[in-house]
Amino acid sequence: MAEFDTPTLKPYPEIPPIEIGVMAHSKPYVAKEDIQQKIGFPGELIDNWQQVAIDKMGELVNNSRALRVFLDSCVKCGACTDKCHYYLGTSDPNNMPVARQDLFRSVYRRYYTLAGKYFPRLVGARDMDQGVIDEWYSYFHQCSQCRRCSVYCPYGIDTAEISMAAREIMDTIGVGQKYCNEIIGKAQTIGNNLGLPEPALADTLEGLEEDIEEETGVTVRMPLDVKGADILLITPSADFFAEPHVDGLIGYAKVFHQAGMSWTLSSYASEAANFGMFIGSYENMQVLALRIREAALELGVKRIVFGECGHAWRVAYNFLNTLAGPFDFLDSRYPMPQHICEVTYDLLQRNALKMDPSANDDMVLTFHDSCNIARGSRMGDFEGGQFVIPREVIKASCNHFVDMPADTTQEATFCCGGGGGLLTDDLVELRVKGALPRMEALKQVVDHHGVTHLAAICAICKSQFSKILPYYGFEMDQVVSIHQLVSNAIQLGGEQ
Amino acid sequence: MSLLTIAFTLLFYFATATIVVGLVYRIRLYARTPTPLRIPTTPAPINQAGVVKRMFFEVTLFNSLFKSNKWIWLFGWVFHAALLFVLLRHLRYFTDPVWSWVALIQPLGAYAAFAMVAGLAGLWARRFLVDRVRYITSPSDHLMLALLIAIGLTGLGMKYVAHTDIVAVKAFFLGLMYFDWQPLPADLLLNLHLLLVALLMIVFPFSKLLHAPGVFFSPTRNQIDNPREKRHQPTQPSVAAKPST
Repeated sequence: MAEFDTPTLKPYPEIPPIEIGVMAHSKPYVAKEDIQQKIGFPGELIDNWQQVAIDKMGELVNNSRALRVFLDSCVKCGACTDKCHYYLGTSDPNNMPVARQDLFRSVYRRYYTLAGKYFPRLVGARDMDQGVIDEWYSYFHQCSQCRRCSVYCPYGIDTAEISMAAREIMDTIGVGQKYCNEIIGKAQTIGNNLGLPEPALADTLEGLEEDIEEETGVTVRMPLDVKGADILLITPSADFFAEPHVDGLIGYAKVFHQAGMSWTLSSYASEAANFGMFIGSYENMQVLALRIREAALELGVKRIVFGECGHAWRVAYNFLNTLAGPFDFLDSRYPMPQHICEVTYDLLQRNALKMDPSANDDMVLTFHDSCNIARGSRMGDFEGGQFVIPREVIKASCNHFVDMPADTTQEATFCCGGGGGLLTDDLVELRVKGALPRMEALKQVVDHHGVTHLAAICAICKSQFSKILPYYGFEMDQVVSIHQLVSNAIQLGGEQ
Repeated sequence: MSLLTIAFTLLFYFATATIVVGLVYRIRLYARTPTPLRIPTTPAPINQAGVVKRMFFEVTLFNSLFKSNKWIWLFGWVFHAALLFVLLRHLRYFTDPVWSWVALIQPLGAYAAFAMVAGLAGLWARRFLVDRVRYITSPSDHLMLALLIAIGLTGLGMKYVAHTDIVAVKAFFLGLMYFDWQPLPADLLLNLHLLLVALLMIVFPFSKLLHAPGVFFSPTRNQIDNPREKRHQPTQPSVAAKPST
């Protein structure tokens, strides 16, 4: 990995002038043969890859109205050009959403439009060749599929859809990304991204139960594979031991305990994350989604609740019903699926939890809206509930809360810099630079409002911030889980 | 009947057929292409009425663009709004007697032409002045702006510099509509204006002008945010125009 400079934080965000090609070297490791084959892709670049790639592109466009409309509709107005955190952090013009799309669109035009067939230079169309694939591999792995551009595009063009399609085409010709594809393979065979087998998981949970009992004197259970439980909790596997994720998991357990809810984890579906989305593979996404359905049926649960994870919640909220539904065997009085924040929020609304927010008085908190939750899903039964509910849960758990500037929160939130399957050490330069807009916003509230901690609601955000906060002069433990705050504030035990 | 008249008669039939058939084909293609998953950009409306409202403000006020960039919004919105008035004003060449509301907006339409050219000039200037926009601009983007501005300027030229015989022009177009062909005046500005308009009609269904029908089919904008209440099935497209039952 080349040396790089961490961008300096400016008091006010600036749009940098373009610097062509400065991130062309950024490429994640390529997946080896066994990783590729395990999830149904060719092991290496196939012989007739050009034709296969072109055909695959046509197939994808024929099966996705989004892709077809997005490829046709862009007028190059430039509205999106300053919206991507990777552009703002790197200055590489190919990280402007429209330019990233054009890496794909130029090939689409060449083979699938009249203008591109007969006047390629006029409309910027180009042949599918090695150079194209190299550029794709680099720049479609510099998109975290955060959808910020889609908020600002007058036609709602979502670069995430195009980057997913590009990754799917690359996988189809044998050029896959190691990080994502290895993880998908693990999740499909073992049940979680970390490759944690059932005995290890059981052991971890037992250890956590002991920790809680030691700290609080109360026995809080972390049930695994309990048949007949009411709730199946599906949570990102990072929650089982990464920091600060695990403190969030302890928080969920305390909430369930205190509300007297019967719940269980599943060792078969011990992963909320679904990296199938990142690589645009419907089939792989479905395999992972079906594991959740099978676990729910096997355990005979009545409800499914998801832990703190951004893209997982998008897949769960928007796609799960399509991929693995209908879920008519569950209790229809509850939303399917439900987010842990919705569960906690409902309990708080009903005064079913006793909270002592002063338990978090050592912190002044702000909240990082995760992109997939903010722009790809919802919580609650009203528009924008995904912004209100997590904040209400935080506010019920602490006394000091400050929001970051409005153009960096809610639907305008900036990606942490590590989403979309880019949370790997071979992309650390990109991750550090892509975090710049979020770090600038954080710095503002740190400087002006004395904020000490950043609450996050996504496993990827939490891991990413733990890694990159130190690059910007913060401490790695300044990121906390929402349910870690809940865990600190919740009063365990009986009514008296 | 002059060669010029014959050429323009054939050209306008061809251009009309191209834009109509081309757009119908494209729109059918959009409508028939499946939507595998639910992907509205949230926060999104949670019912059909909300989606209609979101789309209405998107196409009349360019809401998202307003949030994004005030300059592009200003130039873009002024251009489109002015274009609408200019087009409505031109209805007087295709109706006899002229509808009263078309007669009423004639003065407005004349000003709109200036606004239209000004908006286009602003958009074009950005393609040179803003480095990011310069980077993403293809030759076709310049040509499209040149074409639209040339149409506006030749039109303004006929209104304010060298008047053309608009009675004869109207007779020509009514003749086209009723298959009772009439001569077209040989007037440089007029002929240029009409040639460019025909060109615009012909390139419409093959170019980025497809954003006009495209926006209505954009899944991030026209889908309802209700996947928990209603299972989205890929085989049943759920566009605003065609709610699945």
